[in-house]
Amino acid sequence: MAKQELLGLNGNEASAYATKQVNPDVVAAYPITPQTIIVERFSEYVADGLVDTEFVAVESEHSAMSCSVGASAAGARAFTATAANGLALMWEILYIASSLRLPIVMAVANRALSGPINIHNDHSDAMGARDSGWIQIFCENAQEVYDASITAWRIAEHPRVQLPVMVCMDGFTISHTMENVMTLPDDAVKKFVGEREFIRVEGHMGEAELRLDPEAPLTMGPLDLQDFYFEHKIHQVDAMDDALEAIKDVDEEWAKVSGRGYGYAEPYLMGDAEVAVIGMGSAMGTVRHVVDELRQEGVNAGMVKLRLFRPFPAAELKKAVGRVPMLGVMEKCISFGAPASPLMEEIMTAYYHDKEKPMMANYVVGLGGRDVSPAMIREIYGSLLKNRKAGKVSKPMSYIGVRGD
Amino acid sequence: MSERLTMKEAARIPDALAPGHRMCAGCAHPIVARMIMKAAAGRPTVVTNATGCLEVATTIFPFTSWDVPWLHVAFENVAANASGIEAAWKAQRRKGKGPLAKYERLNVIAYAGDGGTYDIGFQALSGALERGHDFTYVLMDNEAYMNTGIQRSGGTPIGASTTTSPAGKVIPGKTEWKKPIMEIVVAHEIPYAATINPAWPQDVLDKCRKAFDTVGPKFLHAVIPCTRGWRYETSDTVSIARLATQTCIFPLYEVERVKGRPVWRLSGPSASIAKRPESKKPVSEYLEPQGRFRHLFRPKRNEELLKFIQEGVDLRWQMLQERCA
Repeated sequence: MAKQELLGLNGNEASAYATKQVNPDVVAAYPITPQTIIVERFSEYVADGLVDTEFVAVESEHSAMSCSVGASAAGARAFTATAANGLALMWEILYIASSLRLPIVMAVANRALSGPINIHNDHSDAMGARDSGWIQIFCENAQEVYDASITAWRIAEHPRVQLPVMVCMDGFTISHTMENVMTLPDDAVKKFVGEREFIRVEGHMGEAELRLDPEAPLTMGPLDLQDFYFEHKIHQVDAMDDALEAIKDVDEEWAKVSGRGYGYAEPYLMGDAEVAVIGMGSAMGTVRHVVDELRQEGVNAGMVKLRLFRPFPAAELKKAVGRVPMLGVMEKCISFGAPASPLMEEIMTAYYHDKEKPMMANYVVGLGGRDVSPAMIREIYGSLLKNRKAGKVSKPMSYIGVRGD
Repeated sequence: MSERLTMKEAARIPDALAPGHRMCAGCAHPIVARMIMKAAAGRPTVVTNATGCLEVATTIFPFTSWDVPWLHVAFENVAANASGIEAAWKAQRRKGKGPLAKYERLNVIAYAGDGGTYDIGFQALSGALERGHDFTYVLMDNEAYMNTGIQRSGGTPIGASTTTSPAGKVIPGKTEWKKPIMEIVVAHEIPYAATINPAWPQDVLDKCRKAFDTVGPKFLHAVIPCTRGWRYETSDTVSIARLATQTCIFPLYEVERVKGRPVWRLSGPSASIAKRPESKKPVSEYLEPQGRFRHLFRPKRNEELLKFIQEGVDLRWQMLQERCA
């Protein structure tokens, strides 16, 4: 295991620092709160000659993603970062990046979508991109951001994956909060990420590596009609399925180098839990704290932190949830007019065919950066205990910490 | 500067845009694109193409007409795609590793139509020009959204009837002038910009070579007559294109930056009109054979509007000559 250095970094700095160590070919980015520190720090690395990267200060997020697509297609490692409206502006190109099978890595400092305009954290931005064909990793703290910002490259470029990866961190709560982060030496990171691998494809002039090469020309992004489009979408489905295996391999390898291993769904005190909360991101740290308190009070509480949202790790999630009878799904996102929030829908779908499954209730919290306090989480556990006792879910969907609910 | 590529030599260069594509009969796109690709032959070249006629008709999966590496992403972002390709090459060059590292120069060509340039792609174009990427942007201007069925764009000329600026009982086609794209582009202080016309192929080859030899952002504005949208016989493409320059509605010129100043210069056919103003043809000779301007002539000539268009063309031609003086 490599010798590590403890640094004080916020989530944005952890992302920028890891990316400096990866030394990608092209970084194309546009500033948006709360992602700006990533772009600023990285610009400093470029200005000080600490990286070989070509930094392209594009004129919009749409161009940030378009430039990344051009660079990645030309064989470069391409990185960008955004949040909220910036991610929404990229939306069209997100789908194109994944369908072109380009292993771009993007940091997303999760922020509420306008309107009304709000710069603080929730997950509505990343959830809006959940069908775009990107792998989505949600981090709980700056350490996870650092680790994911390195492993993301290996996941994206894995020969069986070849898909772009979003590293999501909660805006401000993670992006702007300084924490202790264990970092590897540059050469250990360099060795871990290695060189970009290219898959070989059948082009119109024979087999070639999938990239723009004047010596082996390929046509990338042609018009794809009724006769082939569907098959190409199935290729993406297969790649996402394969990613579930590949991510595990990369994480295990990272654990060997760093000593930090991550599962897709991390159980906490679930063995004998009567009630549990599942969710993603920084609020799960607060949930863990509340679980400890409840345990001291004699409540058999547990929790599951979900780290991977796309591909959705249904099997690992169920394993982590185990036999808990009452599960609360806590999420910082609303899907207007839907029967539940996105994460709740995914989990219920995953369980639908199972005979044995927990009762489930959906709790929407923290929209627009509203603090998710221990008191609110206690309220959720209180509701779960009531349901558990009654043997039925009295209210399938609740909005916690909002006036009038 | 590389040596001049003559028409005779160009004819012997294999086409990088292969035959068998599905552009319409009489379309000027492949005529111009083939010439540009001939001028690019021998240089490591990557093409990126905005959504539009040239893109959809040359790359219907599993077929392609392109014998160079080619990338299509979307409609409004071809300049950003080109920025990324150029940045990838530069970074690989700096690191001395990666698939493009071996090329001392990489010839990045971005093709876009008028919609993808004047309108939806305007921001990405402006950003890429301002950042100074080393690439050649080719505006293939057929003066409307032809691929979606002839809707007006910021590049559609005044008086033209399109499906979203139809000549009706009250409104005689498009009521606005074309956006002065060359002036806007030149205002970005780029090293080279030029207009090209398939009726003067040697001029096209010369300007392409000059663009490819120049480092930084270059802009080529091509007039692309469209038989479907302009409504003329498929055999008349080149003669219509020729009339565009002979009537000075589409003059041929180039703008080079010399010691920090833009130097405007009229090219062959337009320079000779400037020398012999009596050889300038009336704009109605260009408008009348085209169905999109039919309402200006039939059932009766709209003298007032024709005069207005002629005066506008004259004024712009006069201003161009002053710049080129």
